Amino acid sequence: MIRRDFFRALGAAGTVAVSASTAQASETGAIAGTNDPVGVLVDTTRCIGCRMCEFGCAHANGQANGLEKPSFDEELTPQRQTTEKRWTAVQRHVVDGRAITVKRQCMHCLQPACTSACLTKAMFKTPDGPVTWRSGKCMGCRYCMVSCPFDVPKFEYHSAVPRIQKCQLCVTRVAAGESPACVASCPAQALTFGRRENLLDEARSRIYTNPDRYVHQIYGEHEVGGTSWLYLSAVPFDKIGFRTDLGTTSFPNYTKEFLYAVPLVLTLVPPLLLSLAKAGDTKDEDADEGGAS
Amino acid sequence: VTAGIRAIGTPNLREEFQRFVRFLLAEMRPKGPVVTPFNIITAVIMLTTAVLLVIRFAGGLGTITNLSQDVPWGLWIGFDVVTGVAFAGGAYVLTFLVYILKIEKYHPIVRVTVLNGFLAYVFYAGALLLDLGRPWNVINPVIGNSFGVSSVLFLVAWHFMLYMMAQFVEFSPAVAEWLGWKRVRRILGGLTLGAVIFGISLSILHQSGLGALYLMAKNKIHPLWYSEFIPILFLVSSIFAGLSMVVIEGSITHKVFHHRTGAKLRATHDDIVFGLARISMGTMAVYLFMQLLVFVHGQKLPYLFTGWGAWYVLELAGFVAVPALLYFWGVQQRRMPVVKAAAALTLVGIVLNRLNVSVIGFQWYVPVRYVPTWMEIVVTLGVISAELWVFRWVVNRMPVLDFAMAHGEQSASLPAAARSVA
Repeated sequence: MIRRDFFRALGAAGTVAVSASTAQASETGAIAGTNDPVGVLVDTTRCIGCRMCEFGCAHANGQANGLEKPSFDEELTPQRQTTEKRWTAVQRHVVDGRAITVKRQCMHCLQPACTSACLTKAMFKTPDGPVTWRSGKCMGCRYCMVSCPFDVPKFEYHSAVPRIQKCQLCVTRVAAGESPACVASCPAQALTFGRRENLLDEARSRIYTNPDRYVHQIYGEHEVGGTSWLYLSAVPFDKIGFRTDLGTTSFPNYTKEFLYAVPLVLTLVPPLLLSLAKAGDTKDEDADEGGAS
Repeated sequence: VTAGIRAIGTPNLREEFQRFVRFLLAEMRPKGPVVTPFNIITAVIMLTTAVLLVIRFAGGLGTITNLSQDVPWGLWIGFDVVTGVAFAGGAYVLTFLVYILKIEKYHPIVRVTVLNGFLAYVFYAGALLLDLGRPWNVINPVIGNSFGVSSVLFLVAWHFMLYMMAQFVEFSPAVAEWLGWKRVRRILGGLTLGAVIFGISLSILHQSGLGALYLMAKNKIHPLWYSEFIPILFLVSSIFAGLSMVVIEGSITHKVFHHRTGAKLRATHDDIVFGLARISMGTMAVYLFMQLLVFVHGQKLPYLFTGWGAWYVLELAGFVAVPALLYFWGVQQRRMPVVKAAAALTLVGIVLNRLNVSVIGFQWYVPVRYVPTWMEIVVTLGVISAELWVFRWVVNRMPVLDFAMAHGEQSASLPAAARSVA
């Protein structure tokens, strides 16, 4: 609260850009300091592709957010994505003749690109980990969509009052001590809800006990600085639709240096320009600025 | 006592006010033939734009645009805002030359350039509002109930706003002169240097900031256009983009508003253009060298032998290197048509570069490419038309091109040429 007031005062004083970069540092620090966020471990080797998670999600979040009830007629393609009416989507990949189904949704990054991109803090990471969207703040600029490495935020292009739609990790259910709707409706124990550190331990122990069943990687442990959703797989992740070229640097870091340069430019350039201008002055101090020469 | 003062003061004030309103109303009227080909075409475009915008705000962005979940920013951001702001870079460069370096030679064009820059920001950055899904919340990052201070866009938005104010202060002496407010004029003139210094600092940051917006789209932009140096490349290219725009815009203005152009500007126009061409050329050489460094440092050679590589070479060789050489040749030979051709090619190159980063090379791997609808293009043209109307209105009334008029004297120049006046 005190910090927020401090920045508000700074902003009001007109040193907006200066606060921009200092806040960047502390903001990301604060998010990184959320040491034990909640998360979900997805074991794709257990997933049976029944899509109960989709139904559970639509049931829990559908009415308030205008989501569609899933249809059984739909074919599960590898390209199947979440949409503005579907916060989670099950994909079906065929790898070496074997069908592998994968549930996709927002990864809930530890240091999300979308929250640092958002100029109104509409994209907001709660202290417990879920990355949520707040309608009263969003101006619909869609910079979150440009920034998100997983292309998760979806926009309602056919609405006069459009929303950004994405998985909110059932933030109210989680706050009430329940597990997310998708996890609760999974009949195959493919989804495990818990604190991230515990989930990582669980994932590692599954790999250690069944080293032939899994590739020895937990997707989301290091990707883009770590995500709250973690995945286990029997085949390399790029074969089941995951980007493996995202790196381990958290995305807000890519703009940090630029934002650090802002106060430097704003404090160093004006005096330099002023001295240059004054150095060029002739005696005629009353020379007509903007007027005739 | 108060009543007495009011009794004396009121009629005068009222008279003054009435005269002022009459003056404004008179100035509102067109100053020439209304039915001209230019007016008809732009009016049709603007009316169509108005209809399209009603549809857009009633039914959402999807009704008239081809934007998608993969491509959230299309023509309106990539061209109107990102390219338009680069084109408006001439204002900060010119004010630097004239007010900081005190190069008197460029003084005659500083006002028209600042006016152009100001209107470009008002209209092209203003076009941003059309693209916002929830524009009623645009005030949020301003009033301070939700400062997203870690966002580059927050910085860009604030800088747009502050820079528009700075530019208005820079231009305001012309408004005061038009209204005949001599004392106000003197006060505003005193603010110019401060506004210029503030404006240049802001420009450095938001010209580069527009590039920094794309830093987080690291894995979405084609590697030939993505590098951590995008902000610096955007800043350097905004210098020659802005100056080339001044050359093109100046040559058009020079013809269309010949009757409003002062004797001094008429006499020195060519020298000014050759000078700007020289600066453009130098900056373009620096820019090409930086692009080369980025290319080598980023080990981008493998991408060169693809279709994208050819497109990249076309942008940098065809629309940066070639116009730079043309500038050189044109300045050496003092050939105005060559310099104008160079400026035009340079502008094409800037459009290509900005669109390659923001639209064409963005999500370059997705199978369904974004192509703007005709409606997006019409709205863009509508925004440009509106800007041209306002520009013409101002130039025809305020002392923008002729400083002799600045001091309330009658213009010594030719009587109004019919075709351009409204």
